[in-house]
Amino acid sequence: MDSTLPLLILTIPLFMFLFLGLLGGKMSHKLAGTLGTLGMGTVLVLAYTTAFTYFFSGSSEFVNAAGERLQAVIFNQTWLAFTDKLVIKLGFLLDPISAMMLVVITTISFMVHLYSLGYMRDHHGVYERGFQRFYAFLSLFSFSMLGLVVATNIFQMYIFWELVGASSYLLIGFYYTKPSAVSASKKAFIVTRFADLGFLIGILILSYYTGTFDFTALTSIPVDGMADVYQVSEQTALNVKGIFDSAAASTFMGASVMTWALVLIFMGGMGKSAMMPLHIWLPDAMEGPTPVSALIHAATMVVAGVYLVARLFPLYLMEESALEIVTVVGAITAFYAAMVACTQIDIKRVLAFSTISQIAFMMVSLGVARPDFHEGLGYMASMFHLFTHAMFKALLFLGAGALIHAIGSNDYTAMHGLRKHMPITHWTFLIGCLAIAGIIPFSGFFSKDEILSSCLGYSWVAYLWMSMVAGLTAFYMFRLYYLIFWWKEHKTPEGHHAPHDQPWTMSLPLIILAAISCVAGFIPFGKFVTWKGESYDFMAHFDWSVASVSLAVAIIAIALATVMYRKENSLPEKFKNALPNLWRWCHHRFYWDELYQFITHKIIFNCVSRPIAWFDRHIIDGTMDSFATMTNKASEFIRPLQSGQIQYYVWIYLIGALLLGGVTLICLL
Amino acid sequence: MEITAIYYLIPSLIMFCCGVYGFITRRNMIAMLVSLELMLNAVDVNFVVFNRFLFPEQMEGMFFTLFAIAIAAAETAVAIAIIINIFRSTRNVDVRGLNEMKF
Amino acid sequence: MFSNILIYFVVIPLLMLGGLALCRNIKQIRAVAVVGSLALIGLSTYVLLEYLAIRAAGNEEPMLFTGSWTWFAPLHINLAVGVDGISIAMLLLSSIIVFAGSFASWQIPQPKAFFLWLILLSTGVFGFFISIDLFTMFMFYEVALIPMYLLIGVWGSGRKNYSAMKLTLMLMGGSAFLMLGLIGIYYHSSTDSSSLTWNILDIARNASIDKGWQYFLFPMTFVGFGVLGAMFPFHTWSPDGHASAPTAVSMLHAGVLMKLGGYGCFRVAIYLMPQAANDLAWIFLILTGISVVYGAFSACVQTDLKYINSYSSVSHCGLVLFAILMLNTTAMTGAIMQMLSHGLMTALFFALIGMIYGRTHTRDIREMGGMMQIMPYLSVCYVIAGMASLGLPGLSGFVAEMTIFVGSFQQGMTDYLAGHGSLRLVFTIIACCSIVITAVYILRVVGKLLFGPVHNEHHRELTDATWWERLSTATLIVCVAAIGCFPNFFNNLINFTFSPEIFKVLGLN
Repeated sequence: MDSTLPLLILTIPLFMFLFLGLLGGKMSHKLAGTLGTLGMGTVLVLAYTTAFTYFFSGSSEFVNAAGERLQAVIFNQTWLAFTDKLVIKLGFLLDPISAMMLVVITTISFMVHLYSLGYMRDHHGVYERGFQRFYAFLSLFSFSMLGLVVATNIFQMYIFWELVGASSYLLIGFYYTKPSAVSASKKAFIVTRFADLGFLIGILILSYYTGTFDFTALTSIPVDGMADVYQVSEQTALNVKGIFDSAAASTFMGASVMTWALVLIFMGGMGKSAMMPLHIWLPDAMEGPTPVSALIHAATMVVAGVYLVARLFPLYLMEESALEIVTVVGAITAFYAAMVACTQIDIKRVLAFSTISQIAFMMVSLGVARPDFHEGLGYMASMFHLFTHAMFKALLFLGAGALIHAIGSNDYTAMHGLRKHMPITHWTFLIGCLAIAGIIPFSGFFSKDEILSSCLGYSWVAYLWMSMVAGLTAFYMFRLYYLIFWWKEHKTPEGHHAPHDQPWTMSLPLIILAAISCVAGFIPFGKFVTWKGESYDFMAHFDWSVASVSLAVAIIAIALATVMYRKENSLPEKFKNALPNLWRWCHHRFYWDELYQFITHKIIFNCVSRPIAWFDRHIIDGTMDSFATMTNKASEFIRPLQSGQIQYYVWIYLIGALLLGGVTLICLL
Repeated sequence: MEITAIYYLIPSLIMFCCGVYGFITRRNMIAMLVSLELMLNAVDVNFVVFNRFLFPEQMEGMFFTLFAIAIAAAETAVAIAIIINIFRSTRNVDVRGLNEMKF
Repeated sequence: MFSNILIYFVVIPLLMLGGLALCRNIKQIRAVAVVGSLALIGLSTYVLLEYLAIRAAGNEEPMLFTGSWTWFAPLHINLAVGVDGISIAMLLLSSIIVFAGSFASWQIPQPKAFFLWLILLSTGVFGFFISIDLFTMFMFYEVALIPMYLLIGVWGSGRKNYSAMKLTLMLMGGSAFLMLGLIGIYYHSSTDSSSLTWNILDIARNASIDKGWQYFLFPMTFVGFGVLGAMFPFHTWSPDGHASAPTAVSMLHAGVLMKLGGYGCFRVAIYLMPQAANDLAWIFLILTGISVVYGAFSACVQTDLKYINSYSSVSHCGLVLFAILMLNTTAMTGAIMQMLSHGLMTALFFALIGMIYGRTHTRDIREMGGMMQIMPYLSVCYVIAGMASLGLPGLSGFVAEMTIFVGSFQQGMTDYLAGHGSLRLVFTIIACCSIVITAVYILRVVGKLLFGPVHNEHHRELTDATWWERLSTATLIVCVAAIGCFPNFFNNLINFTFSPEIFKVLGLN
């Protein structure tokens, strides 16, 4: 494939970032917004073309004779050569998941660009301060995210991984005059930075043993015959496999070195994907503008962790203990986040916890995927869920944004009964809720069902656990839905407009995303994205018994939510009073934030940094100063000898002369 | 009784010791100057005496003494001038009080 | 003598000194400073291009443009010059920072005297980097140190006398060790006592310093240069000194002078005494490893902007020495990159701090806030500098740190698996932790200083950057971004230097 198109996909957003960032202040708001959106639109078209070419052209570059989809490196440019072997290259890797991610990112990003044209201005049409900057940052983010998914080597991924972190930081802190936004952005950056430390060390270990950063070389290792699919020479694959085998044998603290490497790399993924216990930044990240939450903290950046594990999936397969850790972390997080989501008041936080929970679904799905069960169904299911989730969660966030825009508050207590005033938002939001709850025929039903099937294939404990979480998901989403759109509406104060639907720039993305959420379930995903690249019939793995059970669970959960929340009644209060401790813990998110606050402020700041600073000023610097003081003291001590009193000198002279004379005399005698 | 060198040297030694003692103990600068002159003159006496008794046919000691007396006169003039100036500015000729220039 | 291009690195500053002496008003002074520093940038760029051309033609000499002129024959003292990739990188860095520093001190009081001392200081710096004769190198080193006393003592702020005295005395203390070391090296520079030499290349070729003496001389020289490189526990001059120094001096000092330390450690201590470096590295690895995290933790709780930045310099410069001690090509390349990167970005930091201080008259972050609303240009620059410091890809900090970490980790693992102990490995991982702590203190400052509501309403009347301030910061930002975006160019420039000479002795990779 010609490298012009992929190159443009990366360079257009970068150029837009530099252009809007440097000159944005000089141009009008409208022009900047339009340019940003047009730029993203171009990228959207290019990315669709690229993905279409990859999946459907049937060129031998992309599909081999056996019908397996291949990894294709479109271009690969040396960026920094550490040694002869360890070279960071910047390139463009096209394979099923990166092509899929290109589609997801550009779609959501374009929707968000369009949506922000309406969202980032108030009811009088006045643009927000820093509108141009907002578009510049969005372009930066799109560039970084696209660079991340097409990375040809793990270090390129790390580079863009850091860049998405930074653009997330900038966008969360977009309202930089608000202290809460500033601290949220800081928290997000530092927590993910901590996770990236693990990622970095993981990369270092992995690259030391395998001697390469290259994904194609790394992932071709474990499975015989994969060298063909991953397009590296058989010899390279064998070499790396040999190193891998011997390294796996050496252990450190009870686990093989490779397990350590993979777990550390997963730690990076945990940070970005907000898995417990590194999830605390994501709910706070909702301080950013809502379109940003939709783009970064729901659809694209937060799934980078899932994408990372999927990208290195063949490696994880070799170290199943690492995959088990992925499963356990995912399962716990999914349940935890769902519990917490049931008690939050801020609608964006409910959605944030729901995002954490859904990403954990994807993680679990990867964790339980095994090649011997339906050809790695879990892998496909995870990617499928990533795709559908991106669409319906972006939809939900953009819907929430429309509500917040109309009401001016994040609290559902300020909303209630909006279904008559905002019909478009209402219907699209409902579609989103149905999709995430897993109601047939909306997209979430299919992807979640695949996940539950693969869980069942792994162990029934996992299946039951995840089904329960799925039920909770349906419950809290409909709780949210009823609390926003039903109940008795608030009286509009005199002189205020009643809340109403938004301009077309905001409605159009909602409608498009809703449409996608309705039909995305019917995409035969197995034909496109599988872990080894072969395509299989999607419906062959569809287990109707699992599907009917989960459908039943979802419907029961929705019914329960309807009973409790459709109208204002005393049931929720009773429920709360029956289990006060559980409610309190959930409402306070199990006190994770307080724990971190304690660790960072009380321990790191007060017990480490301050003592070190004190030690430096008083002990180290004190020692240095005391050398000077000692020298001073010594000179003070001998200074009286130099009194300036001539008589004193004469005394000393006399005594000296007499002594000398005495000595001479004694010597002479 | 023959007058030997020792008859001159002992008074000159006494004179010198008086000078040293005076120089060390007196705090008045005029007194110190006087003590200094005493020492100087004691040395002058020695020069003359040794010249007379050791090398009577040479004159270096004599000349040296004359030279020293001349220098001493000049030096005394300078010293007195300094002392008067100090006294004018500080109303004091006690050396213990004169340490402003030390640091 | 004047046919050698390198000598002009000293001649131009000397001409500038002469020019300054004739200046009558501030405009002429500025003109001399700007023209001179532009000439220096031009010269170093020219040398860089020439160097690359000669290397491309296949010349594999360790140093190019060499020249040597006898100065004092009985003691074999020559004025010997020569450069390799590392020196060229350093010359380029110095000339850029002198240029930016001239603009940063656009409105300094008593400009004539200030620039005279500043240029004298840069004469020393340039002379140091082009010298390959230990004696003249040391002489230029001292020339670079002394003006610092006056620059801080006269134009400084706060406890300037104390700081100037402390800085000068501590660095002089380092020089004392250094001089002892250098004289020791001289007397062992050759097996034949009639052909002793100060020339680095000759000494390295002779390799005649026996192991016992290396054990003595290596710590002497390493500590001597290490003091200037802010090695724990000899770093305490840095916070006080930088806090009191005027802007341009902080820039030059942290940006260039501290690099003299790292450069000297490499060029003298390790280059000439590799065996001792290999055997004694562990002591200094521990010290520098401590520097890295210790500086970062200390920076977390400081409230004075300059103190924060000085401690951050301790951390970053600690990483330079740390990487040099890895004795691994990749890590050492990273060390040089880190010197470049830290030089530019810390100069940028100090320039910005100086500009903010010049407006608000406080450097206490508790008394400021919301600067982004008041002076957006300076604030954006500060964010960029912060991002470079915490290692954002695309800016210089990232490439330098990653090169160091990859190199150190390789070396650490090799050592560990070969049964040489896990010290290097453990300290590499500890050093890696600094990327998190760096993020903590950088974001803390950015959050408190630039973001949030305006803390002091009087600050609302302050103005944003003037054109000369913009020029000064923009120059540095462009350089930081250039290294961050095209690291392989610098990597190759530096990396070549390591291949031929030094590792032959050790038999290391």
